[in-house]
Amino acid sequence: MNSRLLHNLKKLLGRDGVLYEPEDLMLYEYDGSVETARPNCVVFPRTAAEVVEIVRLANRYLMPLVGRGAGTGLSGGAIARQGGIITSFARMNRILEIDAENQRARVQPGVVNSDLSVATEHLGLHFAPDPSSQKACTIGGNVSENSGGPHTLAYGVTTNHVLALEVVLPTGELLHLGNSALDASGYDLTGLFVGSEGTFGLVTEITVKLTRLPEATKTLLAVYESVDDATETVVEITARGITPAACEMLDGWTIRAVEDYVHAGFPLDCAAILLIEVDGLREAAEYEGAEVAEVCRLHRAREVRVARDACERDLLWKGRKNAFGAVGRLSPTYYTQDGVIPRTKLPATLRRISEIGQKYGFAIGNIFHAGDGNLHPIILFDARDQQQFRNAVAASDEIIQFCIEVGGAITGEHGVGMEKDRLMPLLFSEADLDLMRSVRDVFNPAGLLNPGKILPTPKGCGEIHVRPAPEPARASGPAPA
Amino acid sequence: MNAASATISSRLAEIAGPSNVSADPAQLEAYEICGKTPGAAVRPGSSEEAAEIVKFAAAEKLAIVPMGARTKLGMGLPPRQYDLALDMTRLDRVIAYDPGDLTLSVEPGTPLRRLEGVLAGHRQFLPLDAPFANRATVGGTIASGVDSPLRQFYGTARDYVLGMEFVTGDGTAAKSGGRVVKNVSGYDLHKVMIGALGTLGVITKINFRTFPLPGATRTFVAGFSSSERALDLRHSVASSPLRPLTVEILSPRAAELLSSDVAAGIEPGPMPPGELSKEQWAVMASFGGTGKILERSELEVRRMAEEAGAAGIAALGDDKGPGAFGRTREFIPIALESSAATTILKLGVLPTRMRQVLDAAAKAADAAELRWAALARGLGVIYFALFPSEEALGRALLAANDILTECAALGGNAAIPWCPAAWKSALPVWGLDRGDFEQMRKLKRVFDPHGILAPGRFAGGI
Repeated sequence: MNSRLLHNLKKLLGRDGVLYEPEDLMLYEYDGSVETARPNCVVFPRTAAEVVEIVRLANRYLMPLVGRGAGTGLSGGAIARQGGIITSFARMNRILEIDAENQRARVQPGVVNSDLSVATEHLGLHFAPDPSSQKACTIGGNVSENSGGPHTLAYGVTTNHVLALEVVLPTGELLHLGNSALDASGYDLTGLFVGSEGTFGLVTEITVKLTRLPEATKTLLAVYESVDDATETVVEITARGITPAACEMLDGWTIRAVEDYVHAGFPLDCAAILLIEVDGLREAAEYEGAEVAEVCRLHRAREVRVARDACERDLLWKGRKNAFGAVGRLSPTYYTQDGVIPRTKLPATLRRISEIGQKYGFAIGNIFHAGDGNLHPIILFDARDQQQFRNAVAASDEIIQFCIEVGGAITGEHGVGMEKDRLMPLLFSEADLDLMRSVRDVFNPAGLLNPGKILPTPKGCGEIHVRPAPEPARASGPAPA
Repeated sequence: MNAASATISSRLAEIAGPSNVSADPAQLEAYEICGKTPGAAVRPGSSEEAAEIVKFAAAEKLAIVPMGARTKLGMGLPPRQYDLALDMTRLDRVIAYDPGDLTLSVEPGTPLRRLEGVLAGHRQFLPLDAPFANRATVGGTIASGVDSPLRQFYGTARDYVLGMEFVTGDGTAAKSGGRVVKNVSGYDLHKVMIGALGTLGVITKINFRTFPLPGATRTFVAGFSSSERALDLRHSVASSPLRPLTVEILSPRAAELLSSDVAAGIEPGPMPPGELSKEQWAVMASFGGTGKILERSELEVRRMAEEAGAAGIAALGDDKGPGAFGRTREFIPIALESSAATTILKLGVLPTRMRQVLDAAAKAADAAELRWAALARGLGVIYFALFPSEEALGRALLAANDILTECAALGGNAAIPWCPAAWKSALPVWGLDRGDFEQMRKLKRVFDPHGILAPGRFAGGI
C-alpha cells in the first residue's frame, strides 16, 4: 500500500475513514459468493464530494476502485478482484427525501433496502424490489446488480423502480442521470447504469419510485408429491391469466433442511411446495387466491393452505427467505446458481439438474422463483477438497449450459461479476462482448473501476477455467434473493 | 439519376433485390423527413441484408435513416445528411411466441395491429398500444419512444422489452438481454435503443414480455369545471388501493378534438357520444378484472369523482370503452391532423406539479392568443398541443419556448417532439441542455463510429 496514498486518504476521510490493517481487510475480501480477493484498503466516504476525491486519488496512484454496499452480493461484484481501494457506502446511509404524494424517495446508496420500506410503511408505501437479503443489502448494491427478489414477478426488478441517479465516474466527473419527473430527454443512461455491476460509476444518490402497498394479500402454500405437478401448476396459473405477486418453489430436500431450522410448518414428507402470493384489491386477491387454489388442486396438490393472518404469512416467508441460511448448516460450502429459463421448461430443467447431481455425486437442492423461471440450484460441497470444488464448478456449468440450451440466460438476478464472466461467451458473440466493452470504456476508459468483472478478459474467451479453490471452511454466504 | 447514385442503387439492388430499391424521386417523396428526401430507399428482407446495407453505407459514408411505417418521421430534428431510407417493413415476422413463458420475439417491421391478433388468440397482449397504433410497426414505436396510456399500469417499453438484436453503425450485428422475463446477463444495451430514433443502431429483432388480457374492462369518464378538480380526482385515485390501467386528463378542447371527424378518420372505433363535452375538463380512467373488481372500482371512482365535484360521470363497458381508449391513445395524430402548424410539447412533471405546469402552459398560450389542447397522463406526462393560425406563427414559437422554460424551471422534462419542420432549428426540440449530453455523444460514437445512423436527428445534435 502506497504510503502517500494512504496519507492522502486519511487526510480526506479522517483516521476512522480508512481501513488498511490485514485483520480489518480480511472482512472485506469476500461477499456472498465463493470468491475472495484482498483489497489494499477500504474507505468510508460520507459525501459525493469525498467520493470524487477518492476517485481522483485512485487515478493519481493508479489503484483499482471497487464500490461496496453490504457485501451480500452473490457474484463477487463487491470484491476487489485485482486489489485496490474498496469504497464502502456504509456511512452514506441516509434517506434524503420521501415524497409520498408523488411516490418518490431520494436515498443515499448505503440505505438498507428494507429500511426504506419500513420508513414509508406508515404512508401506505414501500420499495418493491425485495431481495431475500433485504434486511442487510443496500439500495446502492441493488442498483449496481439490478437485484430482483420473490415479488419481482408482478412488481418488476430494481431497474423498473429507479428514476434518477447521481454517479461519480471513474474519471472523477459527477453526473446526474435521469430525473424524478418522467421521460427525461436523451438516451436512457439510467437504464444502462442500473445493473452495470459497478463498472460504469460509483452511485452516490438514487431516486426511486415507491409503490402503494396492496389492500389485501393472500399467501398460499401448496404441497406436492411430485415436482412435475408443482411446475405444471405454475404453467397453468400463467395460462389462466394470473400474475401472482410471487410464486416460489422449494423441493423436498430443501424443505427438510429449512423446516429443521426455521419451523415454518412445511411438511417433511413431500416432493415440493409452492409458495404463492396474490395481492391487490380485496376482490382481486380473493378471486385470484381461489383460482390459484383450484389450479393447485387440479394438479394434484395434496394440501393447499392459506395463511390466515399476517403472522402465518410471515412464517411462511421466513421459511423461504431463510432457506439459504438453513442449507448453510448442512455443508461447509455451497454454491448457488442463478440460471434463468422459460418457465415452461421447468419440469425438464429440474429433471436435468437432478441427473447432473447424480453424475457428480452431489446433493443439489432447488429453491427458486418459479413464476419467472429463475432457478437457484444449491450444490453442497466441501471447498477444502480440491476435486469436490472442481466438480461443483463443473456441475454448475452443466446446469448453466442446459439453461442456455432451452433458451435461458446465465443469471437472473445475482449478476455476472467475477463468477460468471467466463460464461458470457456462451450467451454472447465476440461482437456483442466487444460492443459491451466499448460501452464500458465510455464511462470507465482506464478500466480503473471494478476491473475483472462481467466481461471475460479477451484471451480467456470461450475457455472454461477452473478457479483456484478459495480459503477453506467459510461456511455459506448470506441469502440470495 | 447521376452516376454515383446509379452505382449506389445497383449495389443496394445486389443486396436486397432490384424490386426492393427505389431511386425514383416520385417514390422517394414518401420517405421525406422535415423537407429532406433521400437519394434512395431500400427494403431489406432479412437482418443479414440490413447489416450488409449498413456496412455498405458505412464504407461509402452514406447517411441512413431506419424506419417502419413512417408515421413518426416528423419527430426530432431533421437529419444533417440523408442519403438512404432503410425501410424495415419487410422484416415483419413473428419469430417466436411462447404464451406459457409470456415471451414474444418479433422483427421490427411487424405491424402492431397484426401482433394484437396473434396474442389475443392466447388471451394475451402487448401494452405497447401507443399513438399511430393502427398503422405503426413495432420497431418504429420502440425507436421513437412514444408512450401508451397503458403505462399507468404496465410501464413503458423499457419495462417489458427483454432484449434486442440490432446492427450498429459499422454493420456489425449485436444483441443484448435475452428472451426470459428476468435477466441480468450483461449490460442492458437495449435500454438505450428505445427512443433513440435509430441513431445507435438498426433494430432487427425485439423480445418482449407479454401480459394476460384483463378479464373485462370498465372505463369511467367524469366531467369537471376546472383542471384543478380533474386533477383532484387523479390524486384521489392515485392515493387509493385501486389499480387503474389508464388515467387520462383531457382539456375541453382535447375532448372536442377526440369527438371530431378528424379523430374518426384516425381511430375508427367510435367515441361514445355525449360522454365528452367541449365545455369541460374530463378524466378518463379504465380498470380491468372480474365483475366484482369492476363493481368495487366503480363504487370508489364514483365516490371520489363526486368528492372532487364532478359534473357527471359515465361508465363504459367493453362495448364502448375501447373506442374511447382508442381516441385518447390517438390524441397526438389527431392533434397533428387538425392544423397545419400543430406544435406538441411533451412535459414530464411530478404529478403534484401537473396543475402548475398546465396553468402556466395555458396562460402562455392564451396570452399569445393561440388555440390549445392538453392531454395529461395521470403519472405526470402532459401533451400540450398548440394550433397556431397562419398569422400567429411567430407568437406560437415564443409561447412554445416559454412553456418549455417554465416546465424546466418546475423540475420537469420538456421537449417539443412535434412542430412544423421550419421551426426545428429555432426551437429546443429535445429540451434544454442536460449535463449528460456529453456522455450520450460518446455513446453515439461507440455505436456509430462513422456517424451515418440518422445523423443530427437526436438530442444534443446526435
